[in-house]
Amino acid sequence: MSDTALSIRGISKSFPGVKALDDVSFDVRPGSVHAFCGENGAGKSTLMKIINGIYQPDTGTIRIRGEEVRIKNPIEARAHGVAMISQELNYVPEMTIAESFFLGRLPVKHGRVNWGFIRSEASRVLKEEGLNFSINRRLSTLTVSEIQTLEIARAVYHSADVLIMDEPTSAIAHKEVESLFEKIRALRAEGKSIIYISHKMDEVFELADDISVLRDGTVVSSQPARDITSAGVIAQMVGRDLDHQSYPKEAVSLGDTVFRASGLSSEHTFEDISFDIRAGEIVGLAGLIGAGRSEVVRAVFGLDPLDAGTVEVNGVAVKTTTPKQAIGHGIAMLSEDRRLVGIIPKLSIKKNATLASLNKVFRGGFARTRVEEKLVDAYFKKMNVKAPSNETRIESLSGGNQQKVLLARWLIADPKVMLLDEPTRGIDVGAKFEIYKIMTELARQGRGILMISSELPELIGMCDRIFVMSAGRLTAELTPDQFSQETILKYAMNEIEVA
Amino acid sequence: MPSKLKNFELSRYSIFIILVVVFVAASFLSPNFLSGDNMFNVLRQVAVITILAYGAMTLIIGGMIDLSAGAVMAFAGVASVIVYKSSNNMLLAVLVGIAVGVACNLVNAFLVATLRTPAFIVTLGMMLMARGAVLELTQGQNVLQLGDFILIGQGNLGWMPIPVLILIVITAVIWYLMNQTRYGRSVYAVGGNEEAARAAGIAVERVKYQAFLVNGVLVGIAGVIFMSRVNAGLPNAGIGYELQAITAPIIGGTSFSGGVGTVFGTLAGALIVGVLGNIMNLVGVGSYIQQIVMGLIIVVAVAYDVFSKRGKAKTTILKSTSKGEPKPPEGKAPATSGASTLEQ
Repeated sequence: MSDTALSIRGISKSFPGVKALDDVSFDVRPGSVHAFCGENGAGKSTLMKIINGIYQPDTGTIRIRGEEVRIKNPIEARAHGVAMISQELNYVPEMTIAESFFLGRLPVKHGRVNWGFIRSEASRVLKEEGLNFSINRRLSTLTVSEIQTLEIARAVYHSADVLIMDEPTSAIAHKEVESLFEKIRALRAEGKSIIYISHKMDEVFELADDISVLRDGTVVSSQPARDITSAGVIAQMVGRDLDHQSYPKEAVSLGDTVFRASGLSSEHTFEDISFDIRAGEIVGLAGLIGAGRSEVVRAVFGLDPLDAGTVEVNGVAVKTTTPKQAIGHGIAMLSEDRRLVGIIPKLSIKKNATLASLNKVFRGGFARTRVEEKLVDAYFKKMNVKAPSNETRIESLSGGNQQKVLLARWLIADPKVMLLDEPTRGIDVGAKFEIYKIMTELARQGRGILMISSELPELIGMCDRIFVMSAGRLTAELTPDQFSQETILKYAMNEIEVA
Repeated sequence: MPSKLKNFELSRYSIFIILVVVFVAASFLSPNFLSGDNMFNVLRQVAVITILAYGAMTLIIGGMIDLSAGAVMAFAGVASVIVYKSSNNMLLAVLVGIAVGVACNLVNAFLVATLRTPAFIVTLGMMLMARGAVLELTQGQNVLQLGDFILIGQGNLGWMPIPVLILIVITAVIWYLMNQTRYGRSVYAVGGNEEAARAAGIAVERVKYQAFLVNGVLVGIAGVIFMSRVNAGLPNAGIGYELQAITAPIIGGTSFSGGVGTVFGTLAGALIVGVLGNIMNLVGVGSYIQQIVMGLIIVVAVAYDVFSKRGKAKTTILKSTSKGEPKPPEGKAPATSGASTLEQ
């Protein structure tokens, strides 16, 4: 018998172009809650997927109860007693509770599914869990919290010893959180181990026996919760060396307010969001994944409906119920999802670049090919787009070059305000720097820029002001003297402080 | 890079090479094939289907489809014939035919663009409704003795058969619309990525209405030509034409997943089908065997297309990884370039 439920030694994992995990080691004790903290992109999900058998590590070993194992897929993980309650619950909505309980391992008797056994077992477990609804109900009729409870019950029923919970409270209501915590404590008392991933410091310190902090794919600390404070964890999460990062930020004299949003609300997503951008200013919008940042800009741009609030451009209230209207008022938006809401993959670079300015290309009854060529060529060179020609299909470019083309699309449209959602996500360092330079240039031209980013150094390096969102609300407006990763994270994680 | 470029050119022009090969082969197989009469005969035969094919192409490029084309064509043609017989006014009759095509397609557009119902289902319903309407209108009886109405389908202007003349004009108009107008560019964008097109400020719903409108005009004209050529208003005409109309653009390189396709590719696709049908008739291949051959062509053309694109997509993936687009380890699973392969 070993005194660790799960022991990870020297796990590394690389994806093309990025090292996601680097020599990760930690132990999870039986009958304990082990919390993992880390910024977006620190490697938490990758690590959990390795433990659950979804990814294979490049190097390193996993021991369960002292025995070295190779987990090739989630089915094997379950056989070893590891179960994952994922961030977005996976289930078949049209399946009944009883069926889902045995999904993937239906008991068979004489070559046929043993439905009698399934029903009796499922109703027994439901009763034990204090859930009194029929086992014949379809999952689609249950709330997220009820499904979560079922998933946990199912994992325990199938004798899981290690339960991985990835942001389990992100989708459930406040009062349901308390009953989840009770459940977790009960499991701990039974000797189960829980790996608990959360951004929420208060939850982590309420539950955890041990805390590990991940940063840039490495474990920076792993220790009992009583030995560290919430501020200490945050400091470890962000504590990267800033000196080697430099940003081509230039001081630009700020003009009048070009953009003002007041009291923006959208049910269940964000509430009472107000901010403004001055000409020449780069304003940051920080927050954790799920804080509602992208949703705000999508709504401003007319991609999603707004329930309340007004948008002003140059002091005039404007209607932006469709992107077409928003563009007409001089607003542009670069989406975080380049493939879904950005590129038209089969069209050429040229046609992608002029898509938001078709009125400039098609005039007088014909396509003005030479005008189009000129418009695109100017930016093609300035932005250093790496492609054989601007007739190349955009789908064959790298992410960074696609992003440059999409930026060019908006520059050709000549907007007053640019909403840039994660403009440097998933692109390599060189291209990132070029995009920073373009942003600086845009600011110098007197445009107002809003930049959403999950990379705090980037926000601090590029912005004149930073707004912070948490759980659908603005929690802070920071000026450069207040810029620090610790401060931003503090406001990004606090939910309750705001009235 | 040079080999990739060569690949690209080949797949882009391969349809025209195939057309030439088929043409040359046909001229060797039958001495009659190259005669002027036979050439015009082929063109006269393909005119109706090609006009329908341009409509189908427009919709497929825009990410939609029209299964009602055959039935609406019969409805429009018969309505036109009836109006002609009672008024003796050719212009009025043609306009009514077009109006019926447009009306049916605006209903399609309303359901597809405004109510966001899948085009496949909507136009399947329209197929039944239009066929029912034309059968009710005629009580299932053919309308005969059309008088001068036959000029449109059978007449010549000088040495040029009128349907061929109409086909040439329509080809030019559709080429103009797809390549020289904002509308055309928008159709490609909407079919290529609807969300992205919307986010670039394109009025997606309006573009869909416009595409159905164009299709409606074409289907109406095809109906008029068809009835005129056979010298009767046939309520059962055009059964299966919607699928033949889809065949030509698909053979001609239009991608069924939308956003890709050319007018001349569609014309070449229609001509290949027409020439093959003609030569099989000339050398006496039975009509059953002809169906098998046509089916084979569709399957082979599309399979070849998918196959050649898969090769290209692979090089794309390699390129983007070598340029180091990292897979973000957290958050949503990223759609890599491989997604474009899956769409095919």
